[in-house]
Amino acid sequence: MTDLLFYFFSLVALGAALVMVLNPNAVGGAMAMIVSFVATAALFVLLEAYFLAIIQVLVYAGAVMVLFLFIIMLLDVDKVEAAYRFDRIGTLAAVCGFVLLASMLVVGLSSSHLPVPPTELVASNPDVISQSSGIPFTSSSKSFGYSLFTKYMLPFQLVGFLLLAAMLGVIVISKRAAQVD
Amino acid sequence: MFAIGFLGVILRKNTLVLFMSLELMLNAVNLALVAFSRYNNTMDGNLFVFFIITVAAAEVAVGLAIIVALYRKRQTVMVDELKALEN
Repeated sequence: MTDLLFYFFSLVALGAALVMVLNPNAVGGAMAMIVSFVATAALFVLLEAYFLAIIQVLVYAGAVMVLFLFIIMLLDVDKVEAAYRFDRIGTLAAVCGFVLLASMLVVGLSSSHLPVPPTELVASNPDVISQSSGIPFTSSSKSFGYSLFTKYMLPFQLVGFLLLAAMLGVIVISKRAAQVD
Repeated sequence: MFAIGFLGVILRKNTLVLFMSLELMLNAVNLALVAFSRYNNTMDGNLFVFFIITVAAAEVAVGLAIIVALYRKRQTVMVDELKALEN
């Protein structure tokens, strides 16, 4: 049953990604992107990362794609001209892209397996955080918050600064362009 | 999914679709990270995905603001018409 769900959601995610890339219409592409994000969130649920699945739907499919749709609405994109590049650089880049796809498929589907990592019991080793082997996997969001505030405190604060800088940048860029008109 | 996003970034002329393909590549990397973190029985991959989602959202906001400013200046978003840097 889990296998069936995995195949279904991964096919939906890949299919929606293909539709997004190949669709000459930008709005249709954005809709397909939303479908792809929701399918990826379902794959996260299958991988027992429940908190990340909800965050993915809220932030990516909710905020980012809505922002995209607003901008597509604001900028008039005419659909009559050709949407793809067909010049020399385009064909060369397309060949590189297909080589990338083929190499990833060949490596991913080959029969060599990853080495199984040694499993440790948490109960016999109470000092887990100070080890360099990483934080053990749980599906609860409590360990998420715990690791955010202990092991990953520095990236957490830096990302806060980054968001502040991004907000300021967006406001400044929009304002300066308005004064040109 | 990464290769599909890569082809989308290269082959499409509309800047907005370019941007969406970039997001698709980031999404593919998120999926791989979560899968590997589950495989190795660790929580670090999930945390990194959290940060990647945050950074990607900030990048989308700034990039779209730049595209809007570009549109106001040049009145187009097609990549082959934005030729001011060509010799």
